[in-house]
Amino acid sequence: MLGGEGRRQPLVWERAASLNFSLFFPWFGLDIGGTLVKLVYFEPKDITAEEEEEEVENLKSIRKYLTSNVAYGSTGIRDVHLELKDLTLCGRKGNLHFIRFPTHDMPAFIQMGSEKHFSSLHTTLCATGGGAYKFEQDFRTMGDLQLCKLDELDCLIKGVLYIDSVGFNGRSECYYFENPTDAERCQKLPFNLENPYPLLLVNIGSGVSILAVYSKENYKRVTGTSLGGGTFFGLCCLLTGCSTFEEALEMASHGDSTKVDKLVRDIYGGDYERFGLPGWAVASSFGNMMSKEKRESVSKEDLARATLVTITNNIGSIARMCALNENINRVVFVGNFLRINTISMRLLAYALDYWSKGQLKALFLEHEGYFGAVGALLELLGSA
Amino acid sequence: MDLLTALYSCSEKATYGCKVKGGSLTKLAYYSTVQHKVARVRSFDHSGKDIEHEPLYEISVQEEITARLHFIKFENTYIETCLDFIKDHLVNTETKVIKATGGGAYKFKDLIEKKLGLKVDKEDVMTCLIKGCNFVLKNIPHEVFAYQKDSDTEFRFQTNHPNIFPYLLVNIGSGVSIVKVETEDKFEWIGGSSIGGGTFWGLGALLTKTKKFDELLQLASKGQHTNVDMLVKDVYGGAYQTLGLSGNLIASSFGKSTTADKEFSKEDMAKSLLHMISNDIGQLACLYAKLHNLDKIYFGGFFIRGHPVTMRTITYSINFFSKGEVQALFLRHEGYLGAIGAFLKGAEQDNPNQYSWGENYAGSSGLMSTSPDVFPMQRTRSGTFDMFEMDRLERPLVNLPLLKDPSTYIPDTVDLTDDAMARKYWLTCFEEALDGVAKRAAASQPDSIDASERAEKFRQKYWNKLQTLRQQPFAYGTLTVRSLLDTREHCLNEFNFPDPYSKVKQKENGIALKCFQSVIESLDSLGWEERQFALVKGLLAGNVFDWGAKAVSDVLESEPQFGFEEAKSKLQERPWLEDSYSQWLERLKEGPPHKCALIFADNSGIDIILGVFPFVRELLSRGTEVILACNSGPALNDVTYSESLIVTERIAAMDPVIQSALREEKLLLVQTGSSSPCLDLSRLDKGLAVLVRERETDLVIIEGMGRAIHTNYYAALKCESLKLAVIKNSWLADRLGGKIFSVIFKYEVPCK
Repeated sequence: MLGGEGRRQPLVWERAASLNFSLFFPWFGLDIGGTLVKLVYFEPKDITAEEEEEEVENLKSIRKYLTSNVAYGSTGIRDVHLELKDLTLCGRKGNLHFIRFPTHDMPAFIQMGSEKHFSSLHTTLCATGGGAYKFEQDFRTMGDLQLCKLDELDCLIKGVLYIDSVGFNGRSECYYFENPTDAERCQKLPFNLENPYPLLLVNIGSGVSILAVYSKENYKRVTGTSLGGGTFFGLCCLLTGCSTFEEALEMASHGDSTKVDKLVRDIYGGDYERFGLPGWAVASSFGNMMSKEKRESVSKEDLARATLVTITNNIGSIARMCALNENINRVVFVGNFLRINTISMRLLAYALDYWSKGQLKALFLEHEGYFGAVGALLELLGSA
Repeated sequence: MDLLTALYSCSEKATYGCKVKGGSLTKLAYYSTVQHKVARVRSFDHSGKDIEHEPLYEISVQEEITARLHFIKFENTYIETCLDFIKDHLVNTETKVIKATGGGAYKFKDLIEKKLGLKVDKEDVMTCLIKGCNFVLKNIPHEVFAYQKDSDTEFRFQTNHPNIFPYLLVNIGSGVSIVKVETEDKFEWIGGSSIGGGTFWGLGALLTKTKKFDELLQLASKGQHTNVDMLVKDVYGGAYQTLGLSGNLIASSFGKSTTADKEFSKEDMAKSLLHMISNDIGQLACLYAKLHNLDKIYFGGFFIRGHPVTMRTITYSINFFSKGEVQALFLRHEGYLGAIGAFLKGAEQDNPNQYSWGENYAGSSGLMSTSPDVFPMQRTRSGTFDMFEMDRLERPLVNLPLLKDPSTYIPDTVDLTDDAMARKYWLTCFEEALDGVAKRAAASQPDSIDASERAEKFRQKYWNKLQTLRQQPFAYGTLTVRSLLDTREHCLNEFNFPDPYSKVKQKENGIALKCFQSVIESLDSLGWEERQFALVKGLLAGNVFDWGAKAVSDVLESEPQFGFEEAKSKLQERPWLEDSYSQWLERLKEGPPHKCALIFADNSGIDIILGVFPFVRELLSRGTEVILACNSGPALNDVTYSESLIVTERIAAMDPVIQSALREEKLLLVQTGSSSPCLDLSRLDKGLAVLVRERETDLVIIEGMGRAIHTNYYAALKCESLKLAVIKNSWLADRLGGKIFSVIFKYEVPCK
């Protein structure tokens, strides 16, 4: 079953299927980022008895291990809620699983691959992200594995277009917030990205990349910023002593950034009409922290919230400027910074809408950070 | 935020603008009328008197009142003192309202109203800032500079572009404001960012427990951001090279501090924060510049203000994000913009924008000149006292309409900020000459009791300026021979030596006039071609007579005619060091007469009377009109406009050619608007420019070392030009590949 009704048919993978070329399992796509490793795994559900018979022990063990667990070791997690069911890929039906673990656990992952004799399987491991380069040597020496390194941005775009085309188990992959400027009436609604071009793709990982996409093959990296998810998490660790991204977000959700930031109204007593600035706008992030008394009166939660708001607003601001410069009005935000981060998503939706006077629309995708890995998997299948 | 106050007091003729910065510096701007001495010359009524034994004209020293703008900056703790100062100067005035603006207006409103008994009237902070910015961009040459940490010249000053608009002003205060300025009155806030100086300060204080902004910058300058930031090479491993990536780019700011168990040094965190904020601001500024199609971005605000550390990171960021297409520019008087603007706002009745203003080098402290050992860190700010003065010029200054490209015209031939060897030579040269200058100044006022005391004060002041310039050559913009000369003139004026050479000039003019007729007679006896050469030689020989030459003045007194002849014999034989005399002669011989010649005169006495006038006379005889331009105010022994009027009148009485030319307005005397021994063709009296256009001037003659070599040697004009001088300095002669008394005769025709 291929996504929802009225959807475009996938192309590359369709072609592969028509070739009726039997690819060796397992099918993996790997995206090794600065902070997180994203792994997608296609679990075939149409295995014939004959195949089952032939399936080597290693392969079976990998399949069982990945599909029967939701956590791997102390840090690996399978995002069960993202699983795509009954997908047809290269003529095979199955489920697509989404798994992530911290990049610093990469050596353990390679070790595991080595122990499970991954190299004896007749497959290629397609990987993208900076880590594909960084760990290439380790894969070779420790795991006896030859990585197929893939371009990060190619994979990202392929992944986004594919997942959007197949949909999210019958639901829409893409969504937006209606009435983002009205807290009461703001609600998440599906968005039909049928004619996606042109779009501005903002990928927020540890850092941020911004791409202008004009067609599947025609895209360019517009700019990037080093103020990304890594900055939020890094500063939170320093400011609050937290140790996980989830913890940082949890703190942020209980904090009040206006105690930390200096707002326009703190300076002008209200709106700054000369420049059309509303009183609630942040004039200086962390600006109140110039004062000793105020430094002593804020909580860790307030600091975490201010950090989140600062980073998010800044990304929104840069994205908005890029959209204007490129004359694009749809901005799609992806990347793991947005995972379980409704605060940032709403803020981005709000900021884009408000500062562009409704001209720009912020869009989001359910599979936030996994598109690079999906793209890597598609490359594996497409190149076969 | 800023509090700006400006008040205007008509009866005192003094206007105050006061800028109070929360937690740092207080800036006070005031306008005053300064009384100072000027030398005036007045023609005697000679009827029935013994002309032979009377001096040519009368010199009197008079009090003149000129307008001056003062800007003083001091520590904020003196806010009350500042208000007291204003109050003291407000006695018996009609002022009832003081203008204030910005968030600080709320904070200080009560204090001001109570202290001064005035009503606080709010002014917009950004309007003041922009007004101030436009004002300095228009009035101060070398106001704008680019910062280059790793080059010999850290401060690279820009030539003033005749059209300053449009530009982008990025003001980095606690937040960032990005303003597009299109005209004098039209500007628009096009965006901003909350990540600014307050973020560096506030977040920095939280991370490092360091409370002061300057200390945070100091920490940052010592840190290694790579310990805290995740770089491209941290993500890609060693492979970044093969991908053509720069491994040192920051992939994620603070990306390495994503752990609870590691300690990071204060320095490293401060550095990482500085990079993060500077890069972010630079990126946004570039995005806004691109969207609005602007290529001039000026940065200001307390984050930038004289801090080499932040100027460096912002410069790097702009260069990176614009791929080298946009240059980050900074302003020398950035810290005063708000105060200047507040003043202008308060003084609108007496619109200072209708005048031209000049920086007074004597009264201004230079860029970061309070302490010489500033690098890599900024001076400590406690006790900082900084000032800046501008004099209102009597007449508006404009470009010479004949400049080929006003936007690329640079008056000065050698940039001494760049050329360390030349700098060393000239600073030493001016130091060595200083005692003599001070002595001459004292001697010029024999009747004054305190002349030697003032001369000593002058000596000390100028000496200190020279020492500052040795340490910080960029203190007043690009250092040039011209700026050294001008600074000396400003210092002399400051101590009431308005014209130390007035008597020397008076005597020389008198002597030279006596020789005029015989010089003309001998010229007239020559054949045409011989005469042309004799005229040029006369012009050059006249130029040999200079301020320094004591021996020359002795000779003059006894046998003036002989002195002139001897000077001619001292000149280098042809071919001269720079010699296009043949082309000049050819032009005179073959071409039609020039329509109108503009001549910039140099010295008094022999030079103007026996050198320039015979030459002028020849041009007039050819049917060429002549505009003779002399300095408005005194500088060395240069002939001033008022002296030239008297001299011309006397020559006219002897010479029918000059007389009829004056009557028929074919010979016109004008003033340059300058009081410098050098010549800046981009700042000339508006009247001169109008006349040049009206008369369709097609020949410009620039004479003397100061005007034709130290400045304008490379100046390109739209019309024919003649630059001539005798090099009276052996070092300079040597540098140009010649000997002392080498001759420069540069005749140039613009290429079609």
